[in-house]
Amino acid sequence: MEKTVAIELKGITKVFGDVIANKNVDLELYRGEILSVLGENGSGKTTLMNMIAGIYFPDEGQIFVDGKEVVIKSPKDAFAHKIGMIHQHFKLVDVFTAADNIILGEKCPKFDVKQEAERIRAEHEAENKAFEEYKPEEHTGVLSYMKAPKFHKPSETKRKIAALPFVKLGRAMKFNWLARHRADEVQKIANKFGFQIDLKKKIYDMSVSEKQTVEIIKVLYRGADILILDEPTAVLTPQEIDKLFEVLRNMKAHGKSIIIITHKLNEVMEISDRVAVLRKGEHIATVNTSETNEQELTEMMVGKKVSLNIDRTEPHDAKDRLVVSGLTALNEEGVKVLDDVSFEARSGEILGIAGIAGSGQRQLLEAIAGLYKVKSGEITYNDPNNEDKPVDLRSKTPLQIRNLGVRLSFVPEDRLGMGLVGNMDLVDNMMLRSYRKGFMFLDRKSPKKLAETIVEELEVVTPSTHTAVRKLSGGNVQKVLVGREISSAPTVLMAAYPVRGLDINSSYTIYNLLNEQKEKGVAVIFVGEDLDVLIELCDRIMVICAGKVTGVVDGRTANKNDIGLLMMGKSSEENEAADNETQAIKEDGIDE
Amino acid sequence: MSNMKNSARTLKEAKEPLFHLVKRQQISTGKAWAIRIGTIIFSILFISVLTSIVFRESPFEVIKYMFEGAFGTNLRVNVFFRDMSILLIIALAVTPAFKMKFWNIGAEGQVLISAYLTIVCMYYLGGKVSNGALIVISLLAALVGGMAWAVIPAIFKALWNTNETLFTLMMNYIALQIVLFSIKVWMPAGSGQLAPLPYGNLPHIGGGDYVTSIIVAIIITLFLFVYMRFSKHGYEVAVVGESQNTARYIGINVPKIIVRTLALSGAICGVAGFLIAAGIDHTVSIDTVGGRGFTAVLVSWLGQFNPLAMTVMSFVVILLTIGTTNVMVNSGVANDFFAEVSTGVAFLIIIICEFFIRYNIKFRKRVENDHPAVPDNQQQAELQEGGTAHIEDENEIGSEEVE
Repeated sequence: MEKTVAIELKGITKVFGDVIANKNVDLELYRGEILSVLGENGSGKTTLMNMIAGIYFPDEGQIFVDGKEVVIKSPKDAFAHKIGMIHQHFKLVDVFTAADNIILGEKCPKFDVKQEAERIRAEHEAENKAFEEYKPEEHTGVLSYMKAPKFHKPSETKRKIAALPFVKLGRAMKFNWLARHRADEVQKIANKFGFQIDLKKKIYDMSVSEKQTVEIIKVLYRGADILILDEPTAVLTPQEIDKLFEVLRNMKAHGKSIIIITHKLNEVMEISDRVAVLRKGEHIATVNTSETNEQELTEMMVGKKVSLNIDRTEPHDAKDRLVVSGLTALNEEGVKVLDDVSFEARSGEILGIAGIAGSGQRQLLEAIAGLYKVKSGEITYNDPNNEDKPVDLRSKTPLQIRNLGVRLSFVPEDRLGMGLVGNMDLVDNMMLRSYRKGFMFLDRKSPKKLAETIVEELEVVTPSTHTAVRKLSGGNVQKVLVGREISSAPTVLMAAYPVRGLDINSSYTIYNLLNEQKEKGVAVIFVGEDLDVLIELCDRIMVICAGKVTGVVDGRTANKNDIGLLMMGKSSEENEAADNETQAIKEDGIDE
Repeated sequence: MSNMKNSARTLKEAKEPLFHLVKRQQISTGKAWAIRIGTIIFSILFISVLTSIVFRESPFEVIKYMFEGAFGTNLRVNVFFRDMSILLIIALAVTPAFKMKFWNIGAEGQVLISAYLTIVCMYYLGGKVSNGALIVISLLAALVGGMAWAVIPAIFKALWNTNETLFTLMMNYIALQIVLFSIKVWMPAGSGQLAPLPYGNLPHIGGGDYVTSIIVAIIITLFLFVYMRFSKHGYEVAVVGESQNTARYIGINVPKIIVRTLALSGAICGVAGFLIAAGIDHTVSIDTVGGRGFTAVLVSWLGQFNPLAMTVMSFVVILLTIGTTNVMVNSGVANDFFAEVSTGVAFLIIIICEFFIRYNIKFRKRVENDHPAVPDNQQQAELQEGGTAHIEDENEIGSEEVE
């Protein structure tokens, strides 16, 4: 098949202040292919795509669509060139149905009053003529009177024409929105590409995956031939990812070109035809997926050889350090965010927590840390410095917990909003944990020493220890936070999404730190989103779904699919049933 | 690595906006202050030119009148420093709350209620107890009043998250009405003004009523400087202001800090009210504070919540107010409308300068370079580290402007 170029980028450069986000990037996208744009966080993937989608304007360089140079100044321009982007954060109106979200913002077709008047006049004249020629005796069916032409009085024609400006106004104000059949067009598109979705459902009732589907249909509805998906799999379960990929392949078969931004290698290998690798804003290479492998891609991405193995040692002398039983908590609306959660975290072991984002992971860790109100249940800490004497942690404030001698460290999900103070420098951030020591006045000497140690040992890139942490990159911010939390020699270390947004090297630094703590006999609780990492790193993995524990699996024997199903709240028996069902569907498909 | 295609590089001058606003990565404190001082001088020049155009005087004349108004005679110097120190004390009072992002605009009411309570003590106890005892009692009453007016909104904020700005504003009106009511009670007939009371007045140190105010202002400035920068309390205030979540996370009792800080704020307002009532006016009216509670907000912001910088700013603000009034008097204008207009213009210029300290305006480069200024790989790697933070900054432009 002859390949035709859909989009070509030539020498695209974008600079933000002193930072070069993209430098002289050349890229081609063919019709009917899936191109992965691969790169670490901060490598300029999203910036580059935003320039195609009209969010940013390139400082330099040219964009060609179908061989013609184009100027894309706004998302509107992008749509005019049939380019649509599905952003990482969905932009939907919660109280509208899926269909309404999709047709929202649609331009009303041109409405020319004069032309329309002509049309009505001609129509009425034709009907009047038909009326005159109509002979009732020739039509004898029961319902024939319904088909009979009607006579339009001149006054009626006049009235209709006089009303036209108001019709135009109504169209402009989108009163046509109230039409009952407005979703039909949308449904057609959904059927064409094999989306399974109820278009009458309200957005607030939808899962993340359904919302994403709505976004994709929206873009297709506007006639996009080139779709850009920004990290579409980040929020999906393995099963949902499979479903998404199925749809993407379907769209490809219909001749659409798709760009998918990602930093997950296995997905790149699975879905894409070609891979473009970006590193530090530069385009490194574009390769055919079939001619490469994960190791090679990683090296291109990082720029040097990296080993992607996490070594996992056997836990020794594991004792129950933290025991949670029957923990239930409500959110502000009175909905259960934690429902009868029971588990134990053991010393010298990493306990992973898997689940769809927002299943209660944050609330669970905050409840243990004394930051979230608990309705019922027990949280018990077995104090290793006191012959494992149980200490009740329930409904204690963080200060009370610390005063009890419990060495609980917590790396929260929101690094700059909770773990650190963005506008303060490294020294003052170190002081957060220690400032209470001494009388009246602050001691900045030991925090400064600690900051210097962390900068040195964890290789934090910072101009000085007096730089505001907000100005550091994600990876360095995380090193500062984890470094501080580890420095207090914890016995329990909780980390929520500690590698989110980090590049590969920083991620591995964090994994190694967690492993080191495990070796030291710390009970580590690790909330993660990348199932591959969870399976490689953790000794046990607890899966939660909508605030309930749906299963605890052994990290050494776990498989991704099982965890995925547990994440959606299906027990293993149901799994089998579901498997059978899929099997049946597949067979049905074959029959057809 | 990258295959340079110079032919493909074209500048898109016509299609891009003329300039960008770029958030400054880093600006040295010295440079920022140089810009601020420069702006202040510019704003004085600007309003003198403005005034000279309106009143057909030479701009130099105007500037001369301005400084004469402030420092022309001994009495004027006296008044200048007295007003400046009172304004500075009120500005210092609101600062800890602002540092905590508690937008207290109730300094007006807090000062007024404490001045009022001072007068209440003088009115009812005057002549019955010794002067010394009366001063102590009225100081205590002033402190309690100022604190109450600040702590009540703080408690509501801490427990029920009410809007502190509206709450403190309403507290101002309550204080105002209490004063109006009391004056009606004390002076049922006549001018409706309370004559200065002869009891419980602060002794004049060094022959003028300004010296006490200056001494108190210096003490409070130094105290607050140390408190904010080197004490645990100050650190806690900063953490709560930056992020309440972080504060909770490290075990700070947020409601306690809010109430404690506002108690301090109110107490300092109490001192200001006491100085005004017992030291200067010896009476109270609804004009006792005369908007200084609001001007203090401006001083605190312009001084970047730094007590030492606020000293400079209160100097400038008083110079502008007194100076422009004197210009009006010398121009034979009976009212101070134009004085207020020109002071407002000057403040506006000073506030706008903050925007330019935060953002850099970059005009489109017209030079067609072969290569943009691309640093070598090493440097670029370092730049990239800060990359994400910077891009976020770019997005913040809209929200930052609101401040």
